[in-house]
Amino acid sequence: MFKKAITSANNKLLAGLTALFSSNMFAAWDDLNMTEGVTAISKEVFDLHMLIFWICVVIGLVVFGIMFYSMFAFTKKKNPNPATFHENTKVELAWTVVPFLILVFMAIPASNTLTKIYDDTEGDINIQVVGYQWKWQYKYLEDDIDFFSNLTTDWDEIYNKTPKGEFYLEEVDEAVVIPVGKKIRFLITANDVIHSWWMPDFAIKQDAIPGFINTAWTIVDEPGIYRGKCTELCGKNHGFMPVVVKVVTQDEYDAWVQDKKDAAFRMAELTEKDWSAAELTERGEGVYLKNCVACHQVNGQGITGIFPNLAGSDIVLNNKAKNIEILMEGVQGAAMQSFANQLSEVDMASVITYTRQAWGNAENGDGEIVVPKDIVEYKKPKV
Amino acid sequence: MSAVIESHNHDDHHHGPAKGLTRWLYTTNHKDIGTLYLWFSFAMFLIGGAMAMVIRAELFQPGMQIVEPEFYNQMLTLHGLIMVFGAVMPAFVGLANWLVPMMVGAPDMALPRMNNLSFWILPFAFFVLLSSLFMEGGAPNFGWTFYAPLSTTYAPPSVTFFIFSVHIMGASSIMGSINVIVTIMNMRAPGMTLMKMPLFVWSWLITAYLLIAVMPVLAGAVTMMLMDIHFGTSFFNAAGGGDPVLFQHIFWFFGHPEVYIMILPAFGIASHIIETFSRKQLFGYASMVWAMASIAILSFVVWAHHMFTVGLPLAAELFFMWATMLIAVPTGVKVFNWVTTMFKGSITYETPMLFAIAFVVLFTIGGFSGLMLAITPADFQYHDTYFVVAHFHYVLVPGSIFSIMAAVYYWIPKWTGNMYDERLGKLHFWLSFIGVNVTFFPQHWIGLAGMPRRIPDYALQFADWNMISSVGAFLFGASQILFLFIVVKTVMGGKKATPEVWEGSRGLEWTVESPAPYHTFTTPPKVN
Repeated sequence: MFKKAITSANNKLLAGLTALFSSNMFAAWDDLNMTEGVTAISKEVFDLHMLIFWICVVIGLVVFGIMFYSMFAFTKKKNPNPATFHENTKVELAWTVVPFLILVFMAIPASNTLTKIYDDTEGDINIQVVGYQWKWQYKYLEDDIDFFSNLTTDWDEIYNKTPKGEFYLEEVDEAVVIPVGKKIRFLITANDVIHSWWMPDFAIKQDAIPGFINTAWTIVDEPGIYRGKCTELCGKNHGFMPVVVKVVTQDEYDAWVQDKKDAAFRMAELTEKDWSAAELTERGEGVYLKNCVACHQVNGQGITGIFPNLAGSDIVLNNKAKNIEILMEGVQGAAMQSFANQLSEVDMASVITYTRQAWGNAENGDGEIVVPKDIVEYKKPKV
Repeated sequence: MSAVIESHNHDDHHHGPAKGLTRWLYTTNHKDIGTLYLWFSFAMFLIGGAMAMVIRAELFQPGMQIVEPEFYNQMLTLHGLIMVFGAVMPAFVGLANWLVPMMVGAPDMALPRMNNLSFWILPFAFFVLLSSLFMEGGAPNFGWTFYAPLSTTYAPPSVTFFIFSVHIMGASSIMGSINVIVTIMNMRAPGMTLMKMPLFVWSWLITAYLLIAVMPVLAGAVTMMLMDIHFGTSFFNAAGGGDPVLFQHIFWFFGHPEVYIMILPAFGIASHIIETFSRKQLFGYASMVWAMASIAILSFVVWAHHMFTVGLPLAAELFFMWATMLIAVPTGVKVFNWVTTMFKGSITYETPMLFAIAFVVLFTIGGFSGLMLAITPADFQYHDTYFVVAHFHYVLVPGSIFSIMAAVYYWIPKWTGNMYDERLGKLHFWLSFIGVNVTFFPQHWIGLAGMPRRIPDYALQFADWNMISSVGAFLFGASQILFLFIVVKTVMGGKKATPEVWEGSRGLEWTVESPAPYHTFTTPPKVN
């Protein structure tokens, strides 16, 4: 009877505490702590983090406890005659050995988790991740799918001209799509400078380094949209190249793969089409705003000394061949990268045409347009 | 420590300082050069601090308000470079100049002309660095760690000036270190064996060896950059067969000992101040020396813990994790020794003691986050987030900077002959203490919650704590104007200081008058 009462009281207390913590405090706490994430590894990393954190808290309480006690108990007023001891081999030995043992205790689980993370066998799906200034490219090695993922947050939001949306700076035009329950391996590299691909919910952070391929893997069990960021300073727009991963069921994934393949087929048809200057310019403006505006600016004038001016540039005005070459090959030793793999023939032709038509360039130069077939021609091996 | 002093301060035909500007330009006097270093460092502290204010103002709210991302990157780069090479390091060199000869009973530094040179090239180094702000393409914008290829192929043209400036800073540091080592090794008063040296002298001896070991490595790194940029080599360019990660290995082989260069002298300072105001001999002198030496040696084998995410092999990750964790042992010994020195002491809380106690507590908190960062799997989440920013600012601001401020309050009566205003000193302490914690503590949280470092704008969930952090930073920044005022006021006048200054002070510098005569210990004291 008595026991029952206690149990019941306990249950009530427990329920009350759970309600209290889960509603307010834990919600607030979650915003201030590392995410637990959605993979077995990320949960292990979180537990490791909390273990070390609490060990530090306990050590801190003991050391600072003694310190604050000394500060209050041994003031000149309360203790006018200081003690004279100034060494004690046993004590000193103890506080060398005990911390060492605590460290060993921490190192064991840490080394175990690390060993698990370092599994570099092949995945069910292998995705190459390439960092560019300032976007990510994803290539699905088995399915021949290849796309870029750009920030979609409007510059007007960033410059406080329009209200900021829910996923401000954490939204992209095309997320990486992966299925649940499959081992996904990421092969991470970069095209220009060093970037770093971070997905907190998977506990993956791997630097993307030009000339190197780093690997990371994950198995995600919960469908959802997960958001991360670039975490290595990579130039001006380092803060504006988020990582978004969409985890879906296997069926949805298969349908997505099929969609991507159909889209590639439609793009091939567009390449063959006969384009007018107006059509190309219209399409090109969109491509420009997505890919070029960060450096060359909306008005085409770039930033003096770093990013060249396109409005009135001689190459843009009068040298179509050189114009194509720069976009296709990039400029050695400068921030201008090759866009040959980033843009389809159609987008490449239309963006070059746009720069040759916009900002009064058509009137000041030869006004020649570039059509997709020109790009196809350029790509043919030269004899 | 007791000492027998022979006073020879009265034959004065050539003993006073020269008059006017040339006194400072041509001086070979360790006290003058110490003063120059300290004022230079304070000027750099204010300039680097102003840049921090720009950074915090931009981060006050989400969105871009004050500066463009490009300029923001220049600010964070220059802030780091100026604070590390312009504020903290010269301040410690200034303190070494003032204190090391007096503490070991030497008349001056061993190489006085080189001492003059090592100071006077510094203003030029920083003039070159700061002038890059006005160059086409702007100042360096690749972070104080200047990772290639962002700092080579993709750098603004001013990078060449940056390289030149780093070379000058390095030459200055190396000359300063040689001077410290030669002075300590050759000019100690009779009877002062190595294990009787004051801990500040010990800390600087070790620091100087670290500097001589790693500054040439930094010089090598920037020279390789120069070759890559101008002479067609490909040390760090993957397209030419080079290796961008090589840069990071070289940089951090310099960079990690550099971190301890910025904290070891602080250990020395804290030991003196805690001992004095606890009126009790420092606990565990010998273990303090061994702890500093162990930290210095370990600093050479932990560099890759800055590089856990670059894709090192498992064996390397394990080694660098374990080696890094090991540093907690000697660091712990130091903290325990300080606490035990206070235990059963007879403590008063003048401003230097307040700063020293805050140093111990907040540096220890920085040590805890350092230990967390050493755990490689967890570091995959912490790396390059605000958690790291919070960590190294905890060890550098309330660590190194607080120790420098503590040192200024502690020794300024000896330097000027005047006591500082205790009431204002305490006010400065409390404002700084609150400011520092409000600024940097929340950065642990926003870092854990996922905010990367070095970004000019952030997602909305980080908004509240960024605003609070900025408010703290403005408070901390403004309080340093008060510090300037207190120092100037003390230089101008104030209650006259006795030779001992503090009731519990120990060491040779407290046996000479306050202010310390222009020349001290022309005849060496005898240490028993």
